[in-house]
Amino acid sequence: MRLRDIPITAWIGMAGIAIAFIFALFAPWLAPYGETQVVGDVWQLPDNQYIFGLDNLGRDILSRLIYGARTTLLVSSAATVISFSLGIILSFTAAVSRGIIDTVFSRFNDLMMSIPTLIFALVVLAVLPQNIVVLILVMAILDSTRVYRLGRAVALDVAVMEFVEAAKLRGEGKLWIIFREILPNTLSPLLAEFGLRFAFSILFLSTLSFLGLGIQPPAADWGGMVKDNKDGIIFGISAALVPGTAIAVLAVCVNLVVDWLLKRTSSLKGGRGDA
Amino acid sequence: MPELLSVRNLKIEATSYPPGEPPRRVTIVDGVSFDLQKGKVLGLIGESGAGKSTIGLSALAYGRGGAEITGGEVRLDGADILTLGKNGIRKIRGARVCYVAQSAAAAFNPAHRLGDQVIEASVKHGLMTKDEARKRALYLFGVLGLPNPETFGERFPHQVSGGQLQRAMTAMALCSNPELIVFDEPTTALDVTTQIDVLAAIKHAIEETHTAALYITHDLAVVAQISDDIMVLRYGKQVEYGSVQQIIEAPRQDYTRALVNVRQAYREEAADQSTALLKVENVSAEYSNGFKVLHDVSLHVPKGQTLAVVGESGSGKSTLARVITGLLPPSSGRIVFDGKPLMSGLKSRPNDDLRRIQLIYQMADTAMNPRQTVRDIIGRPLTFYYGLRGAEKTTRVKELLDQIEMGKGFVDRYPAELSGGQKQRVAIARALAAKPELILCDEPTSALDPLVAEGILKLLLRLQEEEQLSYVFITHDIAIVRAIADSVAVMHRGKLVRFGPKSTALSPPFDDYTDLLLKSVPEMEIGWLERVLATRRMESAGN
Repeated sequence: MRLRDIPITAWIGMAGIAIAFIFALFAPWLAPYGETQVVGDVWQLPDNQYIFGLDNLGRDILSRLIYGARTTLLVSSAATVISFSLGIILSFTAAVSRGIIDTVFSRFNDLMMSIPTLIFALVVLAVLPQNIVVLILVMAILDSTRVYRLGRAVALDVAVMEFVEAAKLRGEGKLWIIFREILPNTLSPLLAEFGLRFAFSILFLSTLSFLGLGIQPPAADWGGMVKDNKDGIIFGISAALVPGTAIAVLAVCVNLVVDWLLKRTSSLKGGRGDA
Repeated sequence: MPELLSVRNLKIEATSYPPGEPPRRVTIVDGVSFDLQKGKVLGLIGESGAGKSTIGLSALAYGRGGAEITGGEVRLDGADILTLGKNGIRKIRGARVCYVAQSAAAAFNPAHRLGDQVIEASVKHGLMTKDEARKRALYLFGVLGLPNPETFGERFPHQVSGGQLQRAMTAMALCSNPELIVFDEPTTALDVTTQIDVLAAIKHAIEETHTAALYITHDLAVVAQISDDIMVLRYGKQVEYGSVQQIIEAPRQDYTRALVNVRQAYREEAADQSTALLKVENVSAEYSNGFKVLHDVSLHVPKGQTLAVVGESGSGKSTLARVITGLLPPSSGRIVFDGKPLMSGLKSRPNDDLRRIQLIYQMADTAMNPRQTVRDIIGRPLTFYYGLRGAEKTTRVKELLDQIEMGKGFVDRYPAELSGGQKQRVAIARALAAKPELILCDEPTSALDPLVAEGILKLLLRLQEEEQLSYVFITHDIAIVRAIADSVAVMHRGKLVRFGPKSTALSPPFDDYTDLLLKSVPEMEIGWLERVLATRRMESAGN
């Protein structure tokens, strides 16, 4: 694959993600002020010193945005990646094995899905110790039920194909069939879902923060910042829109990259040079 | 007599989008001209991609999948239908020109009754009232020999057989009293024993209604029965155009000659068939719902020989292959391979047993992972069974590609970049890579064009000589059986009705089913259909 074959939209998406990661990694050096430092008036309007203005407690929004990238990116990307790994492995195992394994996995999944996600998360997070690892795992496990549904559906379609039968006839084990025969052929819908789920998990994180069970203040995260500043909108203060835009831009960037990957993986000719 | 349909210098183009390259125009049909008179049938014949369906659809001024008619004229009764515009064409389609698709099963709407669908076009076009159309449909059901014409229209598509559905589709086309019908491979998806009934029904209906027809097929023997003239097409150009007699008996072009004399692969029957590499002993099998698909089947294949298993769809011939491979464990009986009984289920067989029996599928498309290159596809058995890796593996893959008469340049290609014949060759190479002793071939040539299929058969015969391979060759094509088999097994409804060396199995005295099967295979001879039907009538009169 050559670099110049990558479409401009994918470059934009990658640039956006890269910037977010640079913010996350080098936050203490890049941010003009501290994460929790009160530097001025409540909801002070943007000026040359504070590009995006100040928030509901008088903290610099730009600085909090940069620090917030850390938690937002870490939690949502970790949760999405874990939920996909979990969902795909379980659903593909079910689709390949069928029979009792499939029944047990699928019914358990139905059971999990029958409980409203938010309420389930609230109950679990209220009981478990509040730290970031627990948060990520709870989000990942809840999200993986959706991935399982999709994964099982697409894998069933592929699992009955003759090339999978040919692999079974060869004597291949389940791991080979799952990762070498089925996964490459189901990547397109899964990647599309990944882009969507990533955006959802940023929003879900902010919902949890809003309810006091996500990222704990005063640590910054983008969703939490929207929540903190939402009352300002009534008074014509645009502070909430800044983190909101950041979430939207990141979600769009992820999806631009996913779209490009999607095109590459949906081409049956090895994705060579599909523009 | 004035021409009903007159096509002049037809040119059809489409835009293709090859990956990694700018889109380009491709000419699908170039400079084709023909005339068709009322009540006559013109056969269009050629391999896939020859443009025959595209030409057929041009008689309805329709371009499928982005194909555009860019030149020439199509005159129906003197008027060029290409210049009619949308509404003008709508008046013609389904009223004056009708279309019969290859797969009736896919062309009928499963949610509506057959009767309603058959009369729909005639009623919508205002050609007749509902009652008149019903009456005509009833008459046509009778002409086409459908069972219980009065109640046939009440049924849904899934309630009738494939052959009946194809005839219902013909009734649908005939219902509006069209001047021209385009038949697009109407019998290709049917069994030979069903095909003959449908052919006879179509022929009878055409004679009865004096409609003209374009009959599209890749089977010269079929088209010889039904048409008056034949046009041979290749790569969108006409190769030869003449009367049936001339094309069959005195073809002028090399390509036509190749089509007429397609069977060249031949294998002399082996004299000694007493030994057995594979022995199937009293095998019965059933699906998990208790449906019995095999009843007490016993047969054997000697080393280095070919057993052809013949039968129509649903006869259990593919199931037999699944039982031998272990995909479907038999409910009773056993499989003996090289003197030792095989475990019944796939999972309990050691890898070396799996290696020794390989399977080639009918559809090479679905039998290969579309996301693996030829190197991965052929190389995997090498790694899996023999532990070959890296350069060693690549060398062997290239050897195998040589053996199947494909160049080394194919190693990095994906299946989508190969033609149908090449895909099947790669599938054969994958089987060969395991160094098997027995290869089960499940209709490996039935999805291929005749000349390509012939190449595959020759390849299989050569490999058999070189590697002392045994084949179980599953097919519904008697001509292939005659060409390559040592012994023959005829299956019907899960039972083995005949088994023995080719010379005895395919010569009289026959049982009823084998007789029917052999007589239903179209022969490349004018008047064959009438002759067979006449003998059938005499037999039934005699009874």
